[in-house]
Amino acid sequence: MKIRLIKDKVIGTGMLTFSILAVSMVLLIGIGLYWRSLPILQHHSIWELISSSTWRPLKGEFGFLSFIMGTLWVTGMSIAIAVPLCLLVAIYLSEYAPIRFKNFFLPLVNILAGIPPVIYGVWGVFFIVPLVQHYIAPSFVDFSTGFTVLSGGIVLAVMIFPLIVSIIVEVLQTIPKELKEASLSLGATKWETIKKVILKKAMPGIIAAIVLAISRAFGETIAVLMVCGNVPISPKSIFDPAYPLPALLANNFGEMMSVPLYDAALMFSAFSLFVIILIFNIISRVILQKIEVKNA
Amino acid sequence: MRKRKLEEAIFKALMIVSTVLVGLSLFLIIGTIVVKGLPFLDWDMISKIPDGGYYFGRSGGMLNAIIGSIYIAGGATLLGMFISLPVSIYLNVYLKKANHFARFAKLSFDVLFGIPSIVYGAFAFSLMVYLGVRASLLGGVIAVTLLVIPIMVRTLDEVIVHVPKELKEATLSLGATRWEMAKIYFRQIRAGVLTAVLLAFGRGVGDVAAVMFTAGFSDNIPVSLHEPAATLPLAIFFQLGSPIPEVQGRAYASALILTIVILIIVVFSTLLTNKRRKKS
Repeated sequence: MKIRLIKDKVIGTGMLTFSILAVSMVLLIGIGLYWRSLPILQHHSIWELISSSTWRPLKGEFGFLSFIMGTLWVTGMSIAIAVPLCLLVAIYLSEYAPIRFKNFFLPLVNILAGIPPVIYGVWGVFFIVPLVQHYIAPSFVDFSTGFTVLSGGIVLAVMIFPLIVSIIVEVLQTIPKELKEASLSLGATKWETIKKVILKKAMPGIIAAIVLAISRAFGETIAVLMVCGNVPISPKSIFDPAYPLPALLANNFGEMMSVPLYDAALMFSAFSLFVIILIFNIISRVILQKIEVKNA
Repeated sequence: MRKRKLEEAIFKALMIVSTVLVGLSLFLIIGTIVVKGLPFLDWDMISKIPDGGYYFGRSGGMLNAIIGSIYIAGGATLLGMFISLPVSIYLNVYLKKANHFARFAKLSFDVLFGIPSIVYGAFAFSLMVYLGVRASLLGGVIAVTLLVIPIMVRTLDEVIVHVPKELKEATLSLGATRWEMAKIYFRQIRAGVLTAVLLAFGRGVGDVAAVMFTAGFSDNIPVSLHEPAATLPLAIFFQLGSPIPEVQGRAYASALILTIVILIIVVFSTLLTNKRRKKS
């Protein structure tokens, strides 16, 4: 009898240790990256690093501004494309479409989520970049290589489609049916009900989905690296190339060892990516957990 | 009155257009990869390692990268399962649902799930520097393991939550310890474990940013944990950067191979999930 209880306790303690270790990964990653970026923080203030746009590692000048701007432009572009589209898709799937179409369409979107980033990159290089270069850009600017903020934004938008659609569909499912019926019985059309009742009620969830999508777009590396052009100058229009932070990190990691502080500078960029994405994720997950608890 | 109807009609049309666009993007991606990759796909691609001068258009294949990817993703999935299964059993079976640690842990895994792979790569790289491990198969496995743990825990979590509560109550009321109950849970969630394995493997095979600095690259098939290993996505990335059309073509062919592998994995895991949903 006793052996059973001891076994239960021992295994429980073992699993608790595993759980604590796994959970503390968040902390460990933060501390690890901060520790590796300390050397640069001792030489330059954070403000100096993020407000300067001179990037001359060989002379010890590390200004991240153009990379930060690159990231913001590309992320903004992708959100501007993806959010309206996905919102419409999610509303259609949960309010208008026949249930059979919904059951057919959502797994398709799921496949999109499974496709590796590098495949998106290949697609971007072969399909989106020429599209932008030959068909979209010429009507707005004189010359463009196609490797632009716009191309990066489109590719990223497609990458975050599944995330936004699936979360918003789930959020819309939690809206009580009575609310909808009450509005419809008062004579509102279906669209008016959606606009004035459902969307209002679903707003926190939609915002959570968008915040989550922003953080996903923020950290995406290889696809963006392949289609954005990687010119370390702040973009001024969507037809300019951009050089987002993750791309900087990926491009220079191998060769950084010989230049002093370069390594720490790159780790600092990884650390800032981590902190920003961490904050965004916590915000949206807390909102989503609240919605879930309310409806459980 | 008419304005209201018109507005609805316009938005409905917009919705259908958006749905078509989103659906179309999937077919465009797969279509592009198939059309570009198929002409370059041959048996050598998946049965040979690169010969000398392969990257200048000479003969050879991508077997080194395919094997490397399978080693890294497989190793990481195995290691990840070894950690994730106890964690999710502990959080759901040992702890009560309202437990603060359980809720905090679930939030942490949700957050970890959102951390991009480049950050995992950078972290694993600094860990390797600290431990004195060079870019190798081992490094790649470590990085990808970190990456897949949150995916596995979240997937298992979703499956365990759907095990009927009565089962837990019945087992406990018969006097079983929590560990004995956990063993019964294992039996209930076997299909879910397989889903988690598939998802983690798929993510591991497809990821570049985490293995870029941790696994290195090599033209040979690694025979020990300390040798550098090539991975398929990284091979695609390198080859696409080449100015030689033949090499670029091989990048497309490699992309096609990777896409097929991923599609098989996704379809299998979707079928598994659907089967489970129908049962419950």
